[in-house]
Amino acid sequence: MTESTERTGPLVELRDVKVHFPIKSGVLFDRTVGHVYAVDGVSLSINKGETYGLVGESGCGKSTLGRGLLRLVEPTDGEVVFDGTDVRALKGEAMRKMRRRIQMIFQDPLSSLDPRQSVESLLVEGLKAHGLAKDKAATAKRLREALAAVGLPASALSKYPHEFSGGQRQRIGIARALVLDPDLIVADEPVSALDVSIQAQVINLLEELQNEHGLTYLIIAHDLAVVRHIADTVGVMYLGGLVEEASSDDLYREPMHPYTKALMSAVPVPDPQVEDRRERILLAGDLPSPTNPPAGCRFHTRCPWAQPTRCAEERPALRQVLDGHRVACHYAEDIAAGRIRPHEVEPELVRPDDGAAPGDTGELIPTP
Amino acid sequence: MSLLDVRDLSVVFQRRGERPFTAVDKVSFSVEPGQTVGLVGESGCGKSVTSLAIMGLLPRRGNKVTGEVNFDGADLLKLRPDDMRDRRGRDIGMIFQDPLSSLNPVVPIGVQVAEVLERHRGMDRKVAMKEARELLDAVGIPDPMRRLKEYPHQISGGMRQRALIAIALACKPRLLIADEPTTALDVTIQAQILTLLKQLVDETGTALIMITHDLGVVAGLCDTVNVLYGGKVVERAERHELFARPRHPYTHGLLNSVPRLDSPRGERLHAIRGSVADNIPWVEGCAFAPRCDNVVDACLEGTPPLEPTATGGDLRCNNPVSEEVAVP
Repeated sequence: MTESTERTGPLVELRDVKVHFPIKSGVLFDRTVGHVYAVDGVSLSINKGETYGLVGESGCGKSTLGRGLLRLVEPTDGEVVFDGTDVRALKGEAMRKMRRRIQMIFQDPLSSLDPRQSVESLLVEGLKAHGLAKDKAATAKRLREALAAVGLPASALSKYPHEFSGGQRQRIGIARALVLDPDLIVADEPVSALDVSIQAQVINLLEELQNEHGLTYLIIAHDLAVVRHIADTVGVMYLGGLVEEASSDDLYREPMHPYTKALMSAVPVPDPQVEDRRERILLAGDLPSPTNPPAGCRFHTRCPWAQPTRCAEERPALRQVLDGHRVACHYAEDIAAGRIRPHEVEPELVRPDDGAAPGDTGELIPTP
Repeated sequence: MSLLDVRDLSVVFQRRGERPFTAVDKVSFSVEPGQTVGLVGESGCGKSVTSLAIMGLLPRRGNKVTGEVNFDGADLLKLRPDDMRDRRGRDIGMIFQDPLSSLNPVVPIGVQVAEVLERHRGMDRKVAMKEARELLDAVGIPDPMRRLKEYPHQISGGMRQRALIAIALACKPRLLIADEPTTALDVTIQAQILTLLKQLVDETGTALIMITHDLGVVAGLCDTVNVLYGGKVVERAERHELFARPRHPYTHGLLNSVPRLDSPRGERLHAIRGSVADNIPWVEGCAFAPRCDNVVDACLEGTPPLEPTATGGDLRCNNPVSEEVAVP
């Protein structure tokens, strides 16, 4: 099905992608009074057949980046290259055609499935849109295959979303993405709405499907343990920028960016012996507002390793520190070698009303 | 004597024209002063309903609450609504999952904290506000003087949860019930709140009931853990014991199905098959039987009893996971 030639190397390349949302105000005339810098200069590449995990806390821009890739929100700047084509340059019909190859799985399976459409109609919709539902028998076979692949019986076709449990609904969402035979699946928090025992089923399913269909995944999640389990490469985002990127094992073994260190140490491990011994790096305060990100390194206001020079003035670029390990920190080597010691940080006040609310889920919606 | 002693607590939801639904089914547990007890389970296991029943917060209509909730020599279920109101907030504090919906959006934070002090400790507004300032300071809210006059929407999610903790702790309650206090928060903020709770429990000696679905949170915080399934306690053990040697197949399955940050990558997760929808009613057997790998004939012949184990815990299972099978 895949019409692309056997290219090794990256399937997706993002180069300095920016997504800024204008903040409008005024009664009769909309004035732009500022911007939410949701994604502010992210470059990454995803190889074919690989799983790239994007982690970060709410408001860091991870979901917006995923949406930007599909042009569900229009990137303000930068390049999105998918299989050699610049997606941002595509117009109308060409873009629509391209979308077949990039499918998305959403967080909440109940709100992403139309309650008044049967499963059959949900699955066939995409096929029709791409003109792939011409032969009735072939379509029916395709739907049954997609359902079988996600572990649902063919009898599910005539049912409606409310008749399924949360885990099964998420399977329908996956089947809907799968039926179009995509190359890339962007999964935005695919398991966070599910109970732990169901989470494991869906994670296993995603892994099986990847092995069978040679899929490439971009998994966006806030749960580091899930991402570590499923992803080959992990990128950590903080306030619109990528702060660290490494293979999942390297990142876990030796997190180099102070934020990654803090994030890792904050994840509770279900083992009392680990929990009793563990030292936590507690971050002071909250995520700063993305409308007015701190100058210099975005993390310097909360960083226990922040230095008086450079950190507040110069935004560190994501640079190769070790082989395959990129870090956006001026002092990554010094911290790793223990030449810089962590210090106390006074929490700074953060106002949720001048940007996205930190308590909200990752979406940044421009204020109307 | 225990501070809180819950005996055979049952909650049945009754709606006209529908079959009654037993959300909590004869749950018993006790909490000692200064102890942290965890109630763990997935959605629908009855953990939140248990806490609401203890607090007397379930609506009177449509619910049948039976059993005993002995707190400090009195059965809370038998108290008059007025007497219960006196105790709630004074002797027992509660923290809810979503701080935004549990704070009043049109009342400044300071007034919301002071309110509790005025109601239960008879302070006037001025003294109460002063005390409120100190409370906000104690839970780590920076610049508490200014925060007093602000509204919930003006502060971040983590700060709101801190404000809620300040309200719950205002009258130095002897028991604090925290219902998923960190579920709505990011991990780094969760770490802040858990550290704060641990510190407050150590300093004030208040007992804590921690209700959560997150086994990681329990591992670091609770002394004793109760695992709930389908409205019943299926396993109770000291936390080291529970995590090192889970005996109930459900607990075992739950621990195996969580991806861990420190486990090797790419290993297949051992998922529990099926979903809660497959449960059978407890009267017919073990509710977990249809999803259980260890199921034997006895599991379908009536409710297995909750029996004490050799290690001081309790277990409701006919064919438990052997003690040698450790969690990887």
